[in-house]
Amino acid sequence: MEKGVFKILYVNIKKKFKDFQLNVEFESKDEVLALLGSSGCGKSMTLKCIAGVEKPDSGQIILNGRTLYDSSKKINLCPQKRKVGLLFQNYALFPNMTLEQNILMGIPKNHPDKLGLLKEKIESFSLQGLEKKYPSQLSGGQQQRVALARMLVNSPELILLDEPFSALDTYLRWQLEQELVSTLKDYKGTSLFVSHNRDEVYRISNRIAIMKDGKIETISSKKDLFKNPSSMNGAILTGCENISRAKKIGEKRILALDWNLELECDESVLDNIEYVGIRAHHIDHCNDSIYDNHFNLNIIDFIEDLFNKIVILSSNGNAPLYIKLSKEDFKDLNINSKLDISIHKKNILLFYC
Amino acid sequence: MECSPLFISLKAAIIATCITFILGIYSAYFSIRLNKLKGLADGLFTLPLVLPPTVVGFLLLVLLGKNSLIGKFLLSYDISIVFSATATIIASIVVSFPLMYRTARGALEQVDKNIIYVARTLGLSEHEIFLKIMIPNSFNSIIAGTILAFARALGEFGATIMIAGNIPGKTQTMAVAVYSAVQAGNRELAYKWVGIIVIISFASMILLNMFESGKVKKHGKGGF
Repeated sequence: MEKGVFKILYVNIKKKFKDFQLNVEFESKDEVLALLGSSGCGKSMTLKCIAGVEKPDSGQIILNGRTLYDSSKKINLCPQKRKVGLLFQNYALFPNMTLEQNILMGIPKNHPDKLGLLKEKIESFSLQGLEKKYPSQLSGGQQQRVALARMLVNSPELILLDEPFSALDTYLRWQLEQELVSTLKDYKGTSLFVSHNRDEVYRISNRIAIMKDGKIETISSKKDLFKNPSSMNGAILTGCENISRAKKIGEKRILALDWNLELECDESVLDNIEYVGIRAHHIDHCNDSIYDNHFNLNIIDFIEDLFNKIVILSSNGNAPLYIKLSKEDFKDLNINSKLDISIHKKNILLFYC
Repeated sequence: MECSPLFISLKAAIIATCITFILGIYSAYFSIRLNKLKGLADGLFTLPLVLPPTVVGFLLLVLLGKNSLIGKFLLSYDISIVFSATATIIASIVVSFPLMYRTARGALEQVDKNIIYVARTLGLSEHEIFLKIMIPNSFNSIIAGTILAFARALGEFGATIMIAGNIPGKTQTMAVAVYSAVQAGNRELAYKWVGIIVIISFASMILLNMFESGKVKKHGKGGF
């Protein structure tokens, strides 16, 4: 069971609270690993258990060869000794302390040159001139930088980010994300990033773990996950707009029950096929029936987006199919007219039960 | 007019508030960190608030009286608590304690959990977190609780008369003086003490409201 000794972070924990069972196991090396899941899936609880502010019922947490928690050996290091940094959505700055006092709190007591380190961090995070300000007098961006500086002066071996941007508006979010990404690039160690926002996760992390109902469904590199999510939950979380129940009807053919469309697939279909998924931007508008999976469907409605329009299609009252078109393609379409579409074989996602 | 009740009351209330302040905050801290016995501790700490003050006084009498263990022990050093000035302080402590405890507990519980979590991961000890983060960030409420406890201590009557009695110049507080004056048919004197008590209590409540509504601010503008 000496698993994880050579790994950077190994987590295998179980925790029951109310009628919810958390049961996660994963490893992470020098990277940014994202835990992606809808709210209440246990991702924040996982972080809290790793930080040591919540206690799992059983399991093991090992960081760089140090056992932080091991229920069988009765080891449970207090958060103070774990060398783990936490960053919350509200940054959790100490409101009663000035900016410099906040950062000083993070500097270990035995550090030989506290003021030197403080000055260096204030400069590297461009916080000069704000030393005597209280958190309530700082902007959101400045608060994040203080929180990052306070965390990093403590030289944590692992960084835990709990939905750091979920309370921000789009513009500020983008800016702070860039700052965080560049900070994480310089940081030598593992970061765990918890979020329910797929775009954010895609931009920030290297690998993504999909969580549902307290369990990790899959862990894969972000490219693989968005290209080929192996679970339906993964497809939903990565923003797959079209999902239908499916039935096998031939070697490489399925019937999408909700849409009542027969689809030709790239690979052989197994018998236990349960769902089929197609991303809206993978459905093309075409006039020629030589393409794969060519259909002629009714236009029911449009949804206008910032850069493109979403057209809602259906064949004879079946469940709708969403397709994304650029505003160019879109020009002469009317509700109740027909639209020719094609779906490339390789873009059909199959989910098995 | 004999002024001793004012000074006896103020002395008892001030000393009692100082002791209650520390006891109340630490009991609140102790109670919120409990898991299983939280309800029991909470009930015990709040009991003096809901019991009739005479019952509190009676229990104190049983606990500290000449025939009790503590009473006998103190008597061997020639100390008698019952009917002494110390008794007025003890009575005030016991009745004002639940107010301090409850306000402090509410205030400490309201400190953002994430702040405490972060402080832990930064390596601050639990005691440091308590003193440097939890107390300063619930400062206004704690002060409000202190004022409330002071006002309660100042107005204490039932337990005081049970354990400290009504000895003019020694244990006769303002609240007891009102009672005595009415008993003696001295309306004028009763009005005077009533007036003084009302003024002090009212001033305390105004001060309390200032702290509760956050008019007294500490950290930058607007609070956090």
